[in-house]
Amino acid sequence: MKINSVKGVKKAEIMLYTLSTCIWCKKTKQLLNDLGVEYNYIDVDTLTAEDKEKLTVEIEKWNAAVSFPTMVINNKEAILGYQPDDIREKLKI
Amino acid sequence: MSEIPGTKIEELHEKLRKEAGNSGYYLNPDKEFTLDLVKSLLINEERFGYPACPCRLASGKREEDLDIICPCDYRDRDVTGYGACYCALYVSKQTSKGEIPVKAIPESRPGKQERLKMAQEQNKQTKETPFPSKLPLPVYRCKVCGYLCARPEPPDICPICKVTKDRFERFI
Repeated sequence: MKINSVKGVKKAEIMLYTLSTCIWCKKTKQLLNDLGVEYNYIDVDTLTAEDKEKLTVEIEKWNAAVSFPTMVINNKEAILGYQPDDIREKLKI
Repeated sequence: MSEIPGTKIEELHEKLRKEAGNSGYYLNPDKEFTLDLVKSLLINEERFGYPACPCRLASGKREEDLDIICPCDYRDRDVTGYGACYCALYVSKQTSKGEIPVKAIPESRPGKQERLKMAQEQNKQTKETPFPSKLPLPVYRCKVCGYLCARPEPPDICPICKVTKDRFERFI
C-alpha cells in the first residue's frame, strides 16, 4: 500500500486519508503544504479493492461514515472533513 | 489514467450549467473550483463507467454506487439544508449569489451497513404492497429530485434532473 510522505516541520504524527478526486481533500493537502508541516497521506481511491477494504475498516474506527478527508493526529484524535480552523488549532499553528 | 482534455471539461461544465439552469438548480459560481470537480467527474466516468461523486469512495460496482452517481440522492436535501451539496458542485440560489459562503458540510450518506438495511426494508415494503392498488397506474419517484410520475414504468431519463431510470423507486 502506497503511503505518501510530505516533508516539513513535524508538528504531530499526521495520517491523512484522502481521495485523489476530492476537492476538499485537495484543499486539506494544500493547507498542510502552506503550513509547511510534515504529514503522510493515502489516496484511498487509487488502491486495490483488497487494500481499500482494509483501510475502510481502519478509517471506520475514527469516522463511522468513512468520509474524506479523515485526518488522524497522533493516533489519538481525528478531524473529519476540511476544517482549516480545527487543523490550525490542533496543530497549534 | 489518461489526462482529461480541457475542452472536454469545459463542454461538460457548460452542459451541466445549462441543465441546472433549466430545472431550477445552480452550479457553484466559483468556476475554478467547479471545473476541478467536473474534471473529477470525467475521471470517475472513465474509471468506473459512471460519474460517481468525486468526494466519496466509490466501490466501482454501479449497483452499490447508484446513490452517489452525480447528481447524488443527497444533493437536494444538502442544498436546502447547507446551501451546497457534499462536493459543492451544486449550490442553492442564495449561495450562487454569494450571500452564503461555500463550506465543507457533513456527510449525509448513511454508512454501508445502514444502506444495506434500508435497501432490504425498501424491498420488503415494495413486495408487501404489490401493484395493482386502487390506482390505475403505479407512481414512481425520482430519488434525486423527487419528480413523481404515474405510468407503467419510470422514464429512461428523468425529465427534471436527467438521471437514469435505475434511480427511480416505486412510490405508490
